[in-house]
Amino acid sequence: MAATTATADTPDTTIVLVGHGMVGQRFLEALADRGVTAWARVVVLCEESRPAYDRVHLTSYFSEGASPEELSMVEDGFMERHGIELHVGDPAVAVDRDSRTVTARSGLTVRYDTLVLATGSYPFVPPVPGKDAAGCFVYRTIDDLLAIEAYAQGVTSGAVVGGGLLGLEAAGALKGLGLDTHVVEFAPRLMPVQVDEGGGEALRSRVEGLGVSVHTGVGTQRVTVGEGGRVAGMELSDGSELPVGMVVFSAGVRPRDDLARACGLPVGERGGIVVDAQCRTPADPAVFAIGECALAADGRVYGLVAPGNEMAETAAKSIAGDAGSFTGADLSTKLKLLGVDVASFGDAHGATAGCLDVRYSDARSGIYRKLVVAADGTLLGGVLVGDVESYGVLRPLTGSVPPVAPEHLVLPAGAGAPVALGPAALPDEAVICSCNNVTKGTIRAAVTDHSCGNVPEVKKCTKAGTNCGSCLKVLGQLVDAELEASGVEVDKGLCPHFAQTRAELYEIVLALRISSYRELLDGHGREGARGGEGCETCKPAVASILASLAPTVGASVHVLEGEQAALQDTNDHFLANMQKNGSYSIVPRIPGGEITPEKLIVIGEVARDFGLYTKITGGQRIDLFGARVEQLPLIWARLVDAGFESGHAYGKALRTVKSCVGQTWCRYGVQDSVRMAIDLELRYRGLRSPHKLKSAVSGCARECAEAQSKDFGVIATASGWNLYVGGNGGATPRHADLLAQDLSDAELVRLVDRFLMFYIRTADRLERTSVWLERIPGGLDHVRDVVVHDSLGICDELEALMAAHVAGYRDEWADTINDPERLSRFVSFVNAPDTPDPTVRFVPERGQIKPEPVLLSLTETVTA
Amino acid sequence: MTATTDLTSPLLAAASCGTVELHTSQGWFAVCPADALQPGRGVAALLPDGRQAALFRDRAGRIYAIGNVDPFTGAAVLSHGLLGAADDRPYVASPLLKQRFDLADGRCLDDDGVAVASYPVRVS
Ligand code: SRM
Ligand SMILES: Cc1cc2nc3c(=O)[nH]c(=O)nc-3n(C[C@H](O)[C@H](O)[C@H](O)COP(=O)(O)OP(=O)(O)OC[C@H]3O[C@@H](n4cnc5c(N)ncnc54)[C@H](O)[C@@H]3O)c2cc1C
Ligand code: SF4
Ligand code: FES
Repeated sequence: MAATTATADTPDTTIVLVGHGMVGQRFLEALADRGVTAWARVVVLCEESRPAYDRVHLTSYFSEGASPEELSMVEDGFMERHGIELHVGDPAVAVDRDSRTVTARSGLTVRYDTLVLATGSYPFVPPVPGKDAAGCFVYRTIDDLLAIEAYAQGVTSGAVVGGGLLGLEAAGALKGLGLDTHVVEFAPRLMPVQVDEGGGEALRSRVEGLGVSVHTGVGTQRVTVGEGGRVAGMELSDGSELPVGMVVFSAGVRPRDDLARACGLPVGERGGIVVDAQCRTPADPAVFAIGECALAADGRVYGLVAPGNEMAETAAKSIAGDAGSFTGADLSTKLKLLGVDVASFGDAHGATAGCLDVRYSDARSGIYRKLVVAADGTLLGGVLVGDVESYGVLRPLTGSVPPVAPEHLVLPAGAGAPVALGPAALPDEAVICSCNNVTKGTIRAAVTDHSCGNVPEVKKCTKAGTNCGSCLKVLGQLVDAELEASGVEVDKGLCPHFAQTRAELYEIVLALRISSYRELLDGHGREGARGGEGCETCKPAVASILASLAPTVGASVHVLEGEQAALQDTNDHFLANMQKNGSYSIVPRIPGGEITPEKLIVIGEVARDFGLYTKITGGQRIDLFGARVEQLPLIWARLVDAGFESGHAYGKALRTVKSCVGQTWCRYGVQDSVRMAIDLELRYRGLRSPHKLKSAVSGCARECAEAQSKDFGVIATASGWNLYVGGNGGATPRHADLLAQDLSDAELVRLVDRFLMFYIRTADRLERTSVWLERIPGGLDHVRDVVVHDSLGICDELEALMAAHVAGYRDEWADTINDPERLSRFVSFVNAPDTPDPTVRFVPERGQIKPEPVLLSLTETVTA
Repeated sequence: MTATTDLTSPLLAAASCGTVELHTSQGWFAVCPADALQPGRGVAALLPDGRQAALFRDRAGRIYAIGNVDPFTGAAVLSHGLLGAADDRPYVASPLLKQRFDLADGRCLDDDGVAVASYPVRVS
């Protein structure tokens, strides 16, 4: 192949890459890895206004707030380091194969020895009338996203044409923008290519459960255009109309082979640049085509990253003079669409002659699993919807006979025989990361031969897990297993002082009735940590365990009693939340958000008398800001006197149980949601837990209290209450899962008791119920088995623990203002108890106060 | 109580009675009774020059004093932080952004360029 004698400054071989997408960038990396960039000049023509980025995670721009920069796939300094000339925003417009030149839009003409086309695809827009109206979009590039986002500001609803993988992604994006979202799919089910009928049903019930309207078996007739040429609605083939303000077309993609066509290279009947197993065009050995624009040697055009990456490697190998070939790839996918997990792999539709399938389907919870097996038991493929826990292990097992019977593999955890099918069951050849074609053997070697000591190092070394991320879980398990096998201890301990996890410490405290941190540290801490100070991680964690179990293990129920006071986080220590200037905030409990005018007046008077900034919180109560430490007891004396108690805004504890106004006033309400919210808030107040706990009760399915975003949420039904668990707001919102339906008051309380105590017992430190539910083996099904069906036989104990908590509850602030010893710490200065901290200062804003911006007080800072 | 005056070390093994004193450029300054300090926690003291010190007692009973102002936020809050130990050296973690400061010399363990003042202490 190329001359290897050329020097770096005057390379006599030029490689031109057209298209800098995901596959193009992988190709450049493969060239660099093989040292080709050291002897060849590499020129890249990139059409888009930014270098290669992660198209697969495009939607995370909406759902996770990723910025365009974070999506970049090009490591800083990569081009400079390898001397690659990148021309951004300058697409190739013509190729002259006789003179071997490529011309770009800017007029730049480059002579090539090797030309690599990686131009990807373009979204197919069906030729329906109105498709070019303002408000019609496609979903492929960052610029598309930005345009969609800008347009969505002015509309309230949108439709996605196409219910395949990308269509659902686009629907997720519209939903994320707060639009009323419709999906229109011509086929009778969603994701027709990946999942079968049963899977489509489960997917549909999940997607509709998220509030997206699904229309299957209908086509798009026309886009109706209104004022100013803007989209006004959409007409469907069944005559119905959707009053939407924007339309996103996601009806499939077509290879971008125009450049190749124009220079006489053969393309397939349905498009795609024809290439051989080396990814070279048979018509011209100087030209390669890779990624979505290529029609591979097996006669297929691949629309996924993994095969594209393989093609990139193959072409780079050929150019470097090494052997390599691409003859086809696996079409497995695992996705989280709109928060619904979907996976399909291998022969998902059971197309192999003589194959059998094994299915499990639970329409109520939207779970569907199907495995396709050959007569001899070989696993051929499968479809998983709703719960794809086992995908990471099943996909690599495809093509072999699994060590466990297939029926056990589709059953939910806990039902039938226990299945312990971990990554250990996989052979070394099993491909763990299909995006990057990395086998279990390669990952093991990264740990043993290249001494990678953790997942990030293994990712860097093997590239495994760097694309779609669906293999990360199994990757983590494998790396841990390998480290353990090579004698490295994988430390799952809480901190440098305890080798146990939080859940293990909970069990020790409970079993041995330990009532002090010192006792726990000295008896059960790590060897060198016993007798020592501990740290800011384990102290509050143990303090929380002791508080949760206080009545049962005989610890003081007051968090500021004796040794416990020293363990608390700063906020718990002062029973208030520290603000940025060192002042504190005060949040009295307002159960269910219900408050009398008299109490409102007291809050107003206290705020006025102490000059506090006052704000309604997002939790249906009132926060008073700007108190100095010595003012806290004085303020609380007034509040306690008026019947208020601590709202535990400072603790990892129950925060609020929000309510809607419910049946009493609302024309739709079917139960008294306010009363239930108050009952629940009073029952669980003061309960310390691994992380904060939030709840809400709605009076009907309209859900005005947003109960499905809470750790435990309750929604009224005509005959009782539905209980949802594991919801979360915050940065990674999660809709709660339905745990049980139509409960009576007593049944509801009993289930919540059990659920909370089971969570407190088994969760990690600072793990919200949402994360816990996703992490624990068996997930929701397991939790349901434990707390509803008492599969572990611990429900009596869980209820007894909660009963002890409820009986032992006392208001922390009332106890504190009556205890001179505890009060003594509420001073700014130990040597000047009457002097307020002069650094806590405020300035006026909008009729209230705000912290005076503090300047770095350099006089007290020594530069080391 | 016996008064050990060791100006090279800011810390001193202390008993639970007596008065804690802290050394500034103006000499020794009495702050509080030793039993006002709870193991594992701190208190703030106002110094004659208007500065603030944060005093702590560790589990072994040793007393330390460093500047009270958190250099990362400018707020006078270090005395409200939690104590921990790294390599057997005690530190306080700022309650605001959690940077740790060595109690013996005031160095920030999470940012080499930063330190707060440290003061010699004795109990008399
Ligand atoms: C005061 C308040 C904002 C407001 O003015 O409305 C607030 C203020 C804080 N929130 Fe919040 N959150 C407040 C309602 C919420 C809500 C809405 C709700 O509760 O319905 C949420 C989303 C719901 C949820 O938690 O799932 C919320 C999600 C968060 C999160 C993200 C939690 C997560 O799991 O992702 C944090 C960070 C954390 O806890 O780690 C946070 C942390 C904080 C902290 C503690 C940040 C900090 O460390 O300083 C703020 C301190 C409050 C203080 O000093 O008093 N806050 N925060 C609200 C107090 C509600 C109350 O009455 O108790
Ligand atoms: C929203 C979304 C989600 C997806 N999710 C997944 C997933 O979960 N898993 C998966 O495997 N795949 C997924 N895909 C598909 C995946 O992104 C593509 O398979 C992959 O990007 C293909 O890479 P490529 O380099 O061949 O094409 P592209 O990434 O499209 O790159 C081609 C580039 O070439 C440029 N170009 C075209 N013509 C010219 C020219 N004449 N001159 C210069 N430049 C030119 C284009 O502008 C483009 O930047 C998803 C795609 C989208 C849009
Ligand atoms: S959730 Fe139902 S009962 Fe409650 S306020 Fe909304 S509509 Fe009324
Ligand atoms: S399987 Fe996609 S990153 Fe590993």
